[in-house]
Amino acid sequence: MASMVSRPHPITGAAAAPRVAWICPACHAGHPITTVREHLYVCPGCDHHTRIGARERVAQLADQDSFREWDAELAGHDRLEFTDTRPYRDRLLEAQTLHQLPDALLSGAARIGGHAVGLAAFDFGFMGGSLSAAVGERLARAAERCAAAPMPFVCVTTSGGARMQEGVFSLLQMAKSVAALHTLAESHMPFISVLADPTMGGSIASFAALGDVIVAEPRATIGFTGARVIAQVTHEELPAGFQTSEFHHARGLIDMVVDRRQLRERVIGLLRVLATSPGAAGTVVSAA
Amino acid sequence: MTAGPPFGPGDADRAWERIELSRHPDRPYSLDLIGRCLDDFTELHGDRQGGDDPAIVIGLARLQARPVAVVANQKGRSLEERGRRNFGMAHPEGYRKAQRLFRLAGRLRLPVLSFIDIPGAYPGVAAEERGQAWAIAQTIEAQLTLPTPYVAVVVGEGGSGGALATLLADRVLVMEHAFLTVASPETAAAILFRDAGRKRHAAAALRLEAANLVTWGIADEVIPEPPGGAHLNWDAAARLLRPRLVHHLDELVAQGVDAARRRERYRRIDGLAAVPEGSGSGH
Repeated sequence: MASMVSRPHPITGAAAAPRVAWICPACHAGHPITTVREHLYVCPGCDHHTRIGARERVAQLADQDSFREWDAELAGHDRLEFTDTRPYRDRLLEAQTLHQLPDALLSGAARIGGHAVGLAAFDFGFMGGSLSAAVGERLARAAERCAAAPMPFVCVTTSGGARMQEGVFSLLQMAKSVAALHTLAESHMPFISVLADPTMGGSIASFAALGDVIVAEPRATIGFTGARVIAQVTHEELPAGFQTSEFHHARGLIDMVVDRRQLRERVIGLLRVLATSPGAAGTVVSAA
Repeated sequence: MTAGPPFGPGDADRAWERIELSRHPDRPYSLDLIGRCLDDFTELHGDRQGGDDPAIVIGLARLQARPVAVVANQKGRSLEERGRRNFGMAHPEGYRKAQRLFRLAGRLRLPVLSFIDIPGAYPGVAAEERGQAWAIAQTIEAQLTLPTPYVAVVVGEGGSGGALATLLADRVLVMEHAFLTVASPETAAAILFRDAGRKRHAAAALRLEAANLVTWGIADEVIPEPPGGAHLNWDAAARLLRPRLVHHLDELVAQGVDAARRRERYRRIDGLAAVPEGSGSGH
């Protein structure tokens, strides 16, 4: 209730609803929550893409009621009995309760524009979308189910990278995910990797960078080492737009930067080609 | 089970002692061990894409009679060499150089030996601009498709994604005072406690003892070091390492290797509570 600003709606031009329920974290303009929902949690004023949870992401991309969750019982596990400022076990339980997810990745079978796909989405709210053993296992199983089906695999990543509390087990999930993606490649099924804000560390240095097609949301932060750490360690000046989607797109590392409000249509466009590619249709007789 | 940390202040100090040993300025670096374990080492240069990163060394050699391809992280000893080799921290060109070595080994059917000693991936603007994350991901992939026998040994620091880029072998050996970690203890402490000064606590909590890697099925063998540590006697350290390299490579050559089996090894990495396979609803 801090802001009660009333101004014309930037798209409709109509007078704003008397009660402002959503304040953009980037431009601080207020918008009715119903409008913001229609805009898929992109600020209708400045196009800032706010972070959304895994279930919201799936709802935005999948055909209505088509999502069937996989591995719901595959929950995070405190293998090292790790304690930092709090026991990891407590953090995990809290995140599971708060986000109603077993760990930071939601995965399942879905249809997108009628095309059968495997769909996975990270939840940044769940311990920074970090790569735990459970997340790596869910990711691997999803890719393998897509290989077996066969059907394309779409994964939306928003992840800070490895989960420190799982130590070296977390590090090795990078290898596990890449091994499973190889199985997908052997079935000639495509992997569409969608990068949302932020995609960092071990996630971008493994599965997320290996999309056959890599799509990123506008101005998402993407990179291996965080800018703050780079500045602290090297005292280097960071170039303008460092580690944004657009920065990597300009350097040939990302295929396209797509506004969230066009994302589903662009993925459907890709699936129209890829879900019926020679690999999918089985027209390649032999690969030497 | 009672909660609470599985270690006390003494454990933190012991954990830190091990980290300091692995970083000891007199510790034998990769080329010191390569020179003592291998014959006819010939260094090759460049990623064939426009760069040659001195933080990663590649080459050809013989282990006993057997020809091998070699990839190694290399730290510098003198001030000048440390700078030139960027303290062993590779740039994207280094990972691409490693990829070239894996391709070369596959084409010439040479087994690969990897020596790991990297504090971590380099936190720099240029590394990010040139696609460090993509380069590491592609190097992981290159290892998991290499068709020839592959033995890796962690000889010092095995830091984060930088280490993973040349770690994913059929056999992984770890020297007694070496370690493999998701992030350096300093970085882990900065993330977990927002205080890099709590590195001792982080080192203990991460359980970096080499023996744990064997227990967890991540490494196959701990290579003992001379009393007090490898820095006290490089020749003795090499004498302990060399026969184990020969042993594992001989075994792999005898049993035959394919990349699918290596992928299976990393696909099955543990870290989970026991969950029945295939218990999902399928598609």
